[in-house]
Amino acid sequence: MDFGLNEQQEMMQTLARDFLTGEYTDTVLKAMVKDEQGYTPELWQKLAKMNLTGLSIPEQYGGIGDFLDLIVVLGEMGRVCFLGPYFAALVLGASLVSEAGNEEQKRKYLPGIAEGKIKATLAVVESKAKYDIDEIESRAISQGGYYVLNGRKLFVLDAQSVDYIICAARVDDADVEQDGITLFIIDVNTPGVSIKALPTVAGDKQSEVVFENVKTSAKDILGEENEGWPYVERVLHRANIARCAEMVGMAEQVLKLTLDYAKERTAFGHPIGAFQSIQHRCADMLVDIDGSKFATYQAAWRLNQGLDAARETAIAKAFVSRACRRVMASAHQVHGAIGFTEDHILHYYTKRARAYESSFGGIDYHLGKLAGLK
Amino acid sequence: MDFAFSPEEEAFRAQVAAFLEKEVPREYREKRITFFDMSAQSDWIQVHRSMAEKMGEKGWLSMHWPEKYGGRGVSPFYRLILREELARYHSPGYDSIGCGIVAPALLLKGSEVQKKRHLPGIASGKSMWCETLSEPNHGSDLAAIEVFAREEADCFVVNGQKIWTTNGHFADWNALIVRTDREASPNYRGLTFFLVDMKTPGITVNPVINMAGHHEFNEVFFEDVSIPKENIVGGLNKGFYVVMSLLDYERTTDTVYAIAATYLRDLEEYACDNDLLNPVLENRFAQFKAECEVARLLHYRCAWMQSQGMVPNHESAMSKMFSFELHQRISDFGMEVAGPYSQLTEESALAPMFGRISSCYLRSFAYSLEQGTSEIDRDVIAQRGLGLPRLR
Repeated sequence: MDFGLNEQQEMMQTLARDFLTGEYTDTVLKAMVKDEQGYTPELWQKLAKMNLTGLSIPEQYGGIGDFLDLIVVLGEMGRVCFLGPYFAALVLGASLVSEAGNEEQKRKYLPGIAEGKIKATLAVVESKAKYDIDEIESRAISQGGYYVLNGRKLFVLDAQSVDYIICAARVDDADVEQDGITLFIIDVNTPGVSIKALPTVAGDKQSEVVFENVKTSAKDILGEENEGWPYVERVLHRANIARCAEMVGMAEQVLKLTLDYAKERTAFGHPIGAFQSIQHRCADMLVDIDGSKFATYQAAWRLNQGLDAARETAIAKAFVSRACRRVMASAHQVHGAIGFTEDHILHYYTKRARAYESSFGGIDYHLGKLAGLK
Repeated sequence: MDFAFSPEEEAFRAQVAAFLEKEVPREYREKRITFFDMSAQSDWIQVHRSMAEKMGEKGWLSMHWPEKYGGRGVSPFYRLILREELARYHSPGYDSIGCGIVAPALLLKGSEVQKKRHLPGIASGKSMWCETLSEPNHGSDLAAIEVFAREEADCFVVNGQKIWTTNGHFADWNALIVRTDREASPNYRGLTFFLVDMKTPGITVNPVINMAGHHEFNEVFFEDVSIPKENIVGGLNKGFYVVMSLLDYERTTDTVYAIAATYLRDLEEYACDNDLLNPVLENRFAQFKAECEVARLLHYRCAWMQSQGMVPNHESAMSKMFSFELHQRISDFGMEVAGPYSQLTEESALAPMFGRISSCYLRSFAYSLEQGTSEIDRDVIAQRGLGLPRLR
């Protein structure tokens, strides 16, 4: 057993923390939430220069580090409530290509992602938005050596700032009840692809993506035809763990804001942080955060070791999501009215935590998965 | 990061499981007896002692101690594995006071003579301990305790009453903390920690029955009880420091997370066997399973810190509070699982799980009180863990 970070993880953590706290100020965050794309190419270049866009990509394709390094960095991104296609590019795009792609596809996409020149995201859920295979109705019909893809995807992350969208669809007469899912990697500039931003509470960049008679071909299939779902499932595990890591970072920062405020704000002649009613809330916040962190690390560690992590992932996402709700609610209570204002940074975290909770399956979804594992 | 046990640790777990499979009385497993049901089981103390001695013979009660004192110097995870398996098999035999608190206190603060005198008894499972800290008027505010020990030429003489003394009715030895200086300021500088033979004349133990109808704790009266000076641990008037380091230990030695997870497993088995499961209930079981996992990890973090030579402090308060409160919530939930059957006591043939559901529920009210209340735990976390200012 080892509950600590190793040297490389500590180094990545420090590197990311120093960079992000300097670069990603509250002012930047507020601007990015308003911005249509939610990031700037300059920032992306800086991340690429620090090799952060190569994390968890295999070395032979220009990458560096493993999934745990990526998790540690995502935790730091959570602390600053980072917005931008980093999660989509690394956790979704790069890992799907690494897992499912053939040699040619890996060479085509991975070095580009690692260098910060290419970004890809994943489009899975449709109108039911439940992250289960049986809701996928998007369909690609083969026609004279090509496929013609039609479908409508929802809650696609950062679709407006990526170059490629990996779309989970059924081919020809593949039955909706069956496992046959095929993954097509589609250039966003292909005629028939339209992207419409979804206005969300958190202002994070999620979109509706419509594929209308989009022409694609067999060489753009990741993995085998009809064999795509197991890859999606694995990436969903990664995505959920990664979301947990971000939420833990967010909760840590929110606790810090809360403690600072509780030490500085006085009432009845004392800092409010000296009162048990405030202290006990803060104590519960720390229990939630540490519990969340180890649940996340355990799932991440198992996945990184190549072990089955279905149970640990479900536990982590269900627990972290609820813990995060409690942390955010307590932070608001301690901050009082000032935390309720638009100017204050706190609500950016509260809103984002809620968005992350529901992405890739909410609490009941994961409890359902856990209940199903005997 | 590494969330796996070593092959040696796994082998030890298998060895313990095989031993318990053979040695734990069938009835204890069937009825899912826990420590808390001791008084409902007429032979509990006898089984407790005999299991302790069997484990003592194997060296399991002391394996994480330094080799110099008969241990094998292994990581604290071995103690934890042992206790997890004991919980899983509903086995008595682990003296959580002697092994869990007194031994670490002696290893940390005891003299060589005290170590040689008392550690072998604990390691062999032959001497059982109780601790007397609380008094009728003082619980959480430990520094205020009043029972006084008067100094004589070669001994101290104690008069007064202690209470909530778990295992006091069968313990051989007692870890006692009393006031030895009434003028000390602050008051905690006037406390001393003594080792007391329970057979010393002048000690009277009376049962205190809890609301579950069980007898696990007692009130202990001291009437001119004389204690030799060599039984002071950590120095005269320095008892508070011994107690503080001991409480940090106490919070990490209990494996309530494992007891809670075992109870949850038993409840789910019962619900499954009796066709009570439905999606709502399954969802709630899953929620508790997730929380049991978190409780386990918070506890392992403390063991990991100890294995690295760090002393968990607010970390152990977090682990203890979370797992005790979790067990309390699971016990509360248990009362819903079997509907009106849940209220039946062990005396009813219709009672689910031999009355475990109702007795566990009733016992659970103490989880947020014992070993420091949840309020004290939260104070510790906020003040020592988060650096929030103290009012008192």
